[in-house]
Amino acid sequence: METLAPRNEQELEETIRMALANATPVEIVGGGSRWKLGRPPTGALRVSTDNLTGVTLYEPSELVLTALAGTTLAEITALLDENNQELAFEPQDHSAIFGLTDAAATIGGMIAVNACGPRRIKVGSARDHLLGFRSVTGRGEIIQSGGRVMKNVTGYDLSKLMTGAFGTLGILSQVTVKILPKAETETTLLVIGLQDPAAIEVMTETTNLPFEVSSFAHLPSNVTGAFGKELEGIAGQPVTGLRLEGPSISVADRTTALMTELGGSARQFETLVASRSKDFWRKIRDVTPLSNSRTQIWRISTAPSLGAAVVTNIKAEDVPVTGHYFDWAGGLIWLAVEPEDDANAETIRSVVEKYGGHATLIRANDDVRATVPVFHPQPKALAELTARVRKNFDPELILNRGRMREDL
Amino acid sequence: MSLTMPEPEKEILRNRAALIDRLRHVVPPDNVIDEETELRAYECDALTMYRQLPLVVVLPETVDQVSKIMALANEMNVKVVPRGAGTSLSGGSLPLGDGILLGMAKFNKVLEVDYANRCAVVQPGVTNLAITHAVEHKGFFYAPDPSSQIACSIGGNVGENSGGVHCLKYGLTTNNLLGLEVVLMDGSVIRLGGKHLDTEFYDLMGIMTGSEGLLGVITEVTVRILQKPQTARAVLLGFPSVEAGADCVAGIISQGIIPGGLEMMDNLALVAADDFQACGYPREAASLLICELDGTGAEVDHLIERVSSIAKNLGASHIQISQNDEERQLFWAGRKNAFPAVGAIGPDYLCMDGTIPRNQLAHVLTQMQALSQKHGLRVANVFHAGDGNLHPLILYDANTPGETEKAEALGADILRLCVAVGGVLTGEHGVGVEKRDLMHTMFSETDLKQQQRLKCAFDPGHRLNPGKVFPTLHRCAELGHMHVHRGKLPFPDIPRF
Repeated sequence: METLAPRNEQELEETIRMALANATPVEIVGGGSRWKLGRPPTGALRVSTDNLTGVTLYEPSELVLTALAGTTLAEITALLDENNQELAFEPQDHSAIFGLTDAAATIGGMIAVNACGPRRIKVGSARDHLLGFRSVTGRGEIIQSGGRVMKNVTGYDLSKLMTGAFGTLGILSQVTVKILPKAETETTLLVIGLQDPAAIEVMTETTNLPFEVSSFAHLPSNVTGAFGKELEGIAGQPVTGLRLEGPSISVADRTTALMTELGGSARQFETLVASRSKDFWRKIRDVTPLSNSRTQIWRISTAPSLGAAVVTNIKAEDVPVTGHYFDWAGGLIWLAVEPEDDANAETIRSVVEKYGGHATLIRANDDVRATVPVFHPQPKALAELTARVRKNFDPELILNRGRMREDL
Repeated sequence: MSLTMPEPEKEILRNRAALIDRLRHVVPPDNVIDEETELRAYECDALTMYRQLPLVVVLPETVDQVSKIMALANEMNVKVVPRGAGTSLSGGSLPLGDGILLGMAKFNKVLEVDYANRCAVVQPGVTNLAITHAVEHKGFFYAPDPSSQIACSIGGNVGENSGGVHCLKYGLTTNNLLGLEVVLMDGSVIRLGGKHLDTEFYDLMGIMTGSEGLLGVITEVTVRILQKPQTARAVLLGFPSVEAGADCVAGIISQGIIPGGLEMMDNLALVAADDFQACGYPREAASLLICELDGTGAEVDHLIERVSSIAKNLGASHIQISQNDEERQLFWAGRKNAFPAVGAIGPDYLCMDGTIPRNQLAHVLTQMQALSQKHGLRVANVFHAGDGNLHPLILYDANTPGETEKAEALGADILRLCVAVGGVLTGEHGVGVEKRDLMHTMFSETDLKQQQRLKCAFDPGHRLNPGKVFPTLHRCAELGHMHVHRGKLPFPDIPRF
């Protein structure tokens, strides 16, 4: 299939207009690291953001950065590192889960899938950090929304809508994101030996303490083996990680106080400091513990306190679960299951619906993702509204047709 | 007043009696208000310069009633204007003469507090502050804190995406929501989000937030509640010039310090505030910063020291650190009362709400001074300095002929200035009717049409709060039209592989 790589926004606009005129459905491709997310693309022409690159505005003291959509996150991260700043929401790198080695995630793709990471509870996801964007819609028109300032309620907040829309409303050409200073240091307190329900309780208890814990994850014993030196000596046991970040004086104080609060010597604790802590959370973010297998992988978002119950009930329905773990204090469940044609979708989703939330099929082969709804099916009124929103931006369904829903 | 609203539709006015009769079958008859004397109470919101009697006021008590009212309005082709507590500063709930005013005040219950999931499920008429009151005994709070928090409703906060003095660290309303229940114009009820953290498919909760009542009626809100920081201390920093104060704001942020609150007032505002309620402000200072740091005790002490030293290096003439929580509250009291305080020296004031890049603060303040002189009206300045959100308060006297128009003209000039330096028309008060006609300074016609197409997806007949936000109303059929060449056209000369 042919790939066009426009060199600027006008060329991008022209490309979409030509595609509209020729009724040629377009697949949007950035760095390719998230290519396998969503339903398989069905276009007849690829439009790449490869030639839309570069940081056009970066003012460290203003905590703001603007880049063209095809700019790689590697380039942006390196630039932010120089100023001790970062994208605070820690966008997941999907290369690991899809076993890719040469894909370079872009900032446009990061927004298109609403990427996020283990700080979700404290700092939100990409949608909370996008300040403004420019885009070419499925009508072949350039639009912009938002701006470069932190507070802005002028007009509809289209930034929210574009984030996570998988390019089905418009091809992003430029995005402006909020930047934050990096924490001075971090420490992860590990609580060893808890079963799922007890771990959820400990994480919930911790979220109710004023220690500003920024990440909460629980790894059952069968997934801790995927960690290297971070869990040396304790792999094979269940591990609950609680991350504290900030000025070193405050992190030390809070770690001690948290240990006391959680039962002191009655529990087995370990700590990971600095880079070992960072590596631990990076692996949790990127689903490293479940990636190295041939399983199908589900991502379930539910009320955090119900995480353990959701998994228990899925297993009780005889879904062949091979591994799972919790992030977001139980609110995010990564679930690996034996591959099956129906991906156990109905069973998994019926359990999730009972508890509230949604289940997304992240990893399965193209045939499965073409037949099983990848995104959680919506109730009728909402599904219809979703379709109307889509068609008001892209009446001919020219952009990433079928990527999110078979009929859209 | 120089505001043009959509021409009342004669058909609707003719059917008023029938509409009222049918509404009385949907809600208890007393919840339908149609007497002129009683309608007066609803003729404006907090943007009092514009007033209009609504066609009728309805006060539903259940979601089912809201759904039936909307379906009825849809069927009879009647407009609907939703209203929370009526504290909008941009005229978001300004009534329409041919529209139902849908008052949500009876939806005033906290339905559930779920500490395990750190959220509260509330009805939209619950006040912002009541949420914090419902959870503070357990050490929690609801973070967005608009100055009107004692009165404004959470439904209105969602509609306007309200901010407050703590946004820099804790975000706006949109960053503190988990779920919404919404009634659409056709009466259908949808639920967005819940107690889980993530959205999937289109983020319609995000788009509802800040949509100013143009997309749907909010009937339930699930908000995040946060643990109160262990310690919060504030420091008052007085400076001999406005520029030095602005430099200090940039200095603090660029050091990587994110204060819980960072507010600035100019001399006119700080003296007015101190007159209104004595709070120990340095009355001789040209600008005053209130900087609040929160976190653990050791962290706050460390940060207070760093902030003080930044201020000292920039020539601060006054540095005062709160010694206890009463003193901290006192520092804030003046700021939180700044609007009424300026109102007291008024007699009237118009509050603007532009946001600018922080590094433009000194420049914009100087320019604003010049504009103030040009128009011959005083401007008192109160800012959320940390996030660049300005609240210039234009002082005028509505009883002096021509002065209202002068104030509006000065306000428009100030907002154009904000946009010109890379900022926006409104940071937290919303567009409403007030900034509607300035939308073209920020958006192209294509941008605005696409925003209206989004409205068409929710409300194809433009029945919900029309006349707000958009300077020109386009029919949805006209907006939906797309010109596509059907002959095969060559793809342009663009790199391909």
